[in-house]
Amino acid sequence: MGKFMTFASVAMKNLVHKPVTKMYPDKAIEYPERSRGHVEITIDDCISCGMCVRSCPTGTLSVDRDAGTWTINRFDCVQCGFCVQKCPKKCLRIVPGYQHPGDAKPEETFTKSPEVLKAEAERRAAQIAAAKAKAAEAAKAKAEEKN
Amino acid sequence: MEKVLNPKNEIVEIELNQLLLKVLEMKKAGLRFSQACAAWINDRYELSYSWVNNETFDLTTLRVYAGLETIVPSITELIPTAVFYENEMAEMYDVKIDMMNLDFKHRLYRLKEGLDAPLLPEDVREKSEALKAGQREAAKEAEEKEAK
Amino acid sequence: MGKRSVVPFGPQHPVLPEPIHLDLVLEDEQVVEAVPNIGFIHRGLEGLVTKKDFNQMVYVIERTCGICSFGHGTGYCEAVENVMNVEVPDRAKYLRTIWFEMSRIHSHLLWLGLLADAFGFESLFYQCWRIRERVLDLFEMTTGGRIIFSVNQVGGVNKDMDKGMLQKILEDMDVIEKELKQITGTFLTDYSVESRLKGVGVLTKQQAHDLGAVGPFGRASGIAYDLRMTGYEAYKYLDFEPITSDVGDSWARVDVRIREIFQSIDLIRQAIGKIPGGEINVPVKGNPNGECFTRIEQPRGEAYYYIKGDNKPYLKRVRVRTPTFANLAGLCEMLKGAEYADVPIMVLTIDPCISCTER
Repeated sequence: MGKFMTFASVAMKNLVHKPVTKMYPDKAIEYPERSRGHVEITIDDCISCGMCVRSCPTGTLSVDRDAGTWTINRFDCVQCGFCVQKCPKKCLRIVPGYQHPGDAKPEETFTKSPEVLKAEAERRAAQIAAAKAKAAEAAKAKAEEKN
Repeated sequence: MEKVLNPKNEIVEIELNQLLLKVLEMKKAGLRFSQACAAWINDRYELSYSWVNNETFDLTTLRVYAGLETIVPSITELIPTAVFYENEMAEMYDVKIDMMNLDFKHRLYRLKEGLDAPLLPEDVREKSEALKAGQREAAKEAEEKEAK
Repeated sequence: MGKRSVVPFGPQHPVLPEPIHLDLVLEDEQVVEAVPNIGFIHRGLEGLVTKKDFNQMVYVIERTCGICSFGHGTGYCEAVENVMNVEVPDRAKYLRTIWFEMSRIHSHLLWLGLLADAFGFESLFYQCWRIRERVLDLFEMTTGGRIIFSVNQVGGVNKDMDKGMLQKILEDMDVIEKELKQITGTFLTDYSVESRLKGVGVLTKQQAHDLGAVGPFGRASGIAYDLRMTGYEAYKYLDFEPITSDVGDSWARVDVRIREIFQSIDLIRQAIGKIPGGEINVPVKGNPNGECFTRIEQPRGEAYYYIKGDNKPYLKRVRVRTPTFANLAGLCEMLKGAEYADVPIMVLTIDPCISCTER
């Protein structure tokens, strides 16, 4: 035969206890530092290597090397943080703050600043020029060899 | 109770015609049937039937190989609890299992209509479909012949 | 003999957190037979193995279930580590153990709440979930997620806990223990609760063995089968005994699970006391080549992880067999001869997790 009124003490305590729930949304929720809310990027440090795109389990990321953009569909992101782990330049990070719900799934695109893009274009042009020069030299050497 | 570090975990390959005998042997030895699963590897089915000793934690897995058209006998008569595993094997991989106690007829998981054996590679699935269509036709013909 | 009728139970039912359908064949008020029907939330996670490489699969397998998510990640990583012969650093093992045991507390408290709700004790339900909230907050603080942690990786874990966090866990464990002790009496000795649970759904040891019952469901029937005894992760360094009961009814299952929560609290204390310093992961080179069946003890029981790879980043086969899949057969057998009004309680006492089952 069981006991009676076993819950009474807990119930009485709850009568005088202040509520454990918060008055959301009047009082904002404080997320801990590690909370995985959404992915952020310091786009100017990005080298458009595409490691994040290849590692993403849901395939929500895309990178355009020529346009210098990094695109994410936040509604497809599952906040696993694998891209952050894989990023060689550590320009990605995962920060608190969840994605708000919405009636569409828009993509968000980050573009590198004009200065960075210009510098990159110059560097690439220089690289191409150097490669061309090298090829020309090699061709010349070959031609000389034949002669 | 002492800890049982690193219990035995082995895979025993057996012939298909030995399956029922071995299953009965395992059952008689007092082992617990714990899982069965299928896989399609190197153009044949790999069926695994795992057995656990509840006292020593040892795991023995019987491994059977079967071709696409091989008919595998059901073990549900000996082990009634295998019914879900076998239905899963039949549905996900189209393993031809015969004489199941409770046959869900590929409706265990409510897959999209017309989607059969989703875990098989595309080309194998087509082959399997063709095979089944051929069998159905043969059965129909036989029926007609009998009717005549 | 009365007239037979078939009553559908589920897939939507107040006591069921997830959809399962049972066709109950009734004779008057007695269940004669129960035919289960699953497949409402099949997602085909195992099929994703052809599209995701073995590192990405960690995040896929983790999402098999919302309650035992950490265990699935750990089990899969262990299977891959076994195949690749990777030795995980000790600190990572301890961290995994601590998170795993916290998952067990959170899973069992969730289940206790659901059970209280099923037998109509609403305030007990809130009390359980209130205690559970503390564990979720600890998860959020240490891993960044409340349900899905994403801390496992092949070769270790990717987040460390500092001293402050471990201290906070210890402090919160004290509070959880104290609060749980207050409601334990209600679950185990209260008259009205007892009348709903005692003698309901009795499963003898032999039956449990034949039906392949695992986890607390089997242990409540006297089967001392707890895979943590095989000493995976850091369990080999910790001191504990499997918790069993010889009664075998629904009440015994509650009893076993409540005692397991206290055991988990004890294991967390032991692990935090012994945790060594050092690395938390090792770099993994190459691809898995070979196959392996790995078993771990989830909150709901024994779970299987089978992987087979042939030296390519994409595995050939990944299979997860979850505890509920094994317990379904036991449930159907148990339902035979039961009173119709007891069916919800009995379905709940196997702790069904249907998303896990269907993957």
